[in-house]
Amino acid sequence: MEKIELTRNPFIKTALKSRYPQLAVFIVMLVGYIFAILAGLVGTPVGSHNFSIVFVWIAWWAILILVAVPFFGRGWCAVCPIPLPGEWLQRGAILAPPDKKPKWLNRRWPRALRNIWLQNISFLLLALFSSVLLTTPNITGIVLAAMLFAAIGLSIVFERRSFCRYLCPVGGFIGLYSQTAPLELRIKDKKVCAACEGKPCYNGSAEGYGCPWDVFPGGLTKNSYCGLCMECIRTCPFDNIAVNARPFSADLAKPSARMDEAFKAFIMLGSAMIYAGVLLGPWGTLKDAAYNVGTTAWFIYAAVFLSVIFIVMPSFFALCVTRFENIDRFKKRFATLSTALIPLGLMFWVAFSLSFVLTNASYILASLSDPLGLGWNLFGTANLAWQPMLTSILAPGQTLALVGGLIWSGRTAQKAAKEATVSPVPVIVYCFIVTLAMLWLLI
Amino acid sequence: MRSYLLLLLFAMAGLVVAFAPLPVLVIAPQERTFRIDARQFAYSPSELAVNPGDHITIQLVSTDVVHGLYIDGYDVSAEADPGQTATLTFTADKQGSFRFRCNVTCGAMHPFMIGKLTVGTNDWLLRSAGLAVIAILGVFILVKRN
Repeated sequence: MEKIELTRNPFIKTALKSRYPQLAVFIVMLVGYIFAILAGLVGTPVGSHNFSIVFVWIAWWAILILVAVPFFGRGWCAVCPIPLPGEWLQRGAILAPPDKKPKWLNRRWPRALRNIWLQNISFLLLALFSSVLLTTPNITGIVLAAMLFAAIGLSIVFERRSFCRYLCPVGGFIGLYSQTAPLELRIKDKKVCAACEGKPCYNGSAEGYGCPWDVFPGGLTKNSYCGLCMECIRTCPFDNIAVNARPFSADLAKPSARMDEAFKAFIMLGSAMIYAGVLLGPWGTLKDAAYNVGTTAWFIYAAVFLSVIFIVMPSFFALCVTRFENIDRFKKRFATLSTALIPLGLMFWVAFSLSFVLTNASYILASLSDPLGLGWNLFGTANLAWQPMLTSILAPGQTLALVGGLIWSGRTAQKAAKEATVSPVPVIVYCFIVTLAMLWLLI
Repeated sequence: MRSYLLLLLFAMAGLVVAFAPLPVLVIAPQERTFRIDARQFAYSPSELAVNPGDHITIQLVSTDVVHGLYIDGYDVSAEADPGQTATLTFTADKQGSFRFRCNVTCGAMHPFMIGKLTVGTNDWLLRSAGLAVIAILGVFILVKRN
């Protein structure tokens, strides 16, 4: 399948180039986000009746992992409200053309931290406390507020969207899985970018801001770090930026050799498996350990969680891909081959989320009518009884996701192995074993 | 062999694995009674195994707050007040693995208060594993051809 340039359509092009449609979505999202913080802090402590829990961890999560990431990659980042207040403050404007004079400190992000290790750590921090975070409204409210203030703080100190690019716990995995999405933003002609003076897509111009994600669009080869903010479409004086529909996982044909991205793949794969066991499994002892933060059982749980992700799964994978040679070549091969885990990880999350979302989706309508749990009944749906949805298709749906992910990863392993000039068989066997484990956990 | 023929072959094998009837071990139905203690946020025992056709009685005893027990797929439920026993009776006429879960908001981890009922063998897990084997065989053949 060839790429299809969506921005050839005048309606799409105009909608993306204009700031107003995006601003309208931003405002709705920001209002919803602030309401989620307030609901978490002042609403009912009963999670399943609080807007913050129901709309963030059921509704938003379902849209993110089942639709936005698989089909639109970083589509969520394009409308995410978290960086907005900081960005407006940083620019000293909401829509006005950029003023070249920096409003704040405008520092460059430290070179040593220009990777996604901080995002790996921030995701793990949330993941370790997830049983509390997913179920306790005021904790969700505090975390949402902390993310908003962290984004504001970083926007004041550092240039561009440093929070999104280097710290956001969600942005890290969206970036990883956006490589599989059938949507991309790319330049049309490299020669045009090479000849372009001033590089307004990166440095900004009267038409718009320099890339908030600190990416030079002319060098884009994968989706991971392009936030689809559309600034470059506005600033390019040669109309050389396109949004394309493309085949799934096009970016994975040229695998990354970065260890931070490799470990992100392990973190996501391992977390999905641990969540499936802890949250959806029948083992009460595990749930107790995950929920009772600060107890000995929780510390053991945290140690096991981190060991599985940082030791067990990567070591087993390393054994599969090991050849005795110098460490640099081993690391490069390890990272390259771990690309194969990206489609599988995404499908693990899809399978996990299907179960979680379908059984709890009925809370959404009830929460819409009574978002703070104060006894309101705005739309007459507040007293809807809990009822799991579509449980008869759950297991077949999960099987389809997991087996589909296995095939997808097998094909990706073939491409990655070609790059690494090794056999893909050990990686495919690894994927097969973890898929069987996930099937056992979920079905 | 041409690629599309191979694909067709694997698709047919997949359909057989997914939908072919499995041999059923016929065991005379029994009356079976289980006592399940419910506490925040776990059942004990949390895993039940019965034979297809068994007449099941579950005595749900709540040891702290009000808890429920709803069985996915069977759409039956019971609700027990603290210290009280609620009884749930049904015939296990659907084979497979079913989650049972608390259907009365009982605290923070309520959505994850889950147990597992297995009626006969967990057919869908076996079928899923079979599909995974077929998938991996297909991928290996592709690898060899490339």
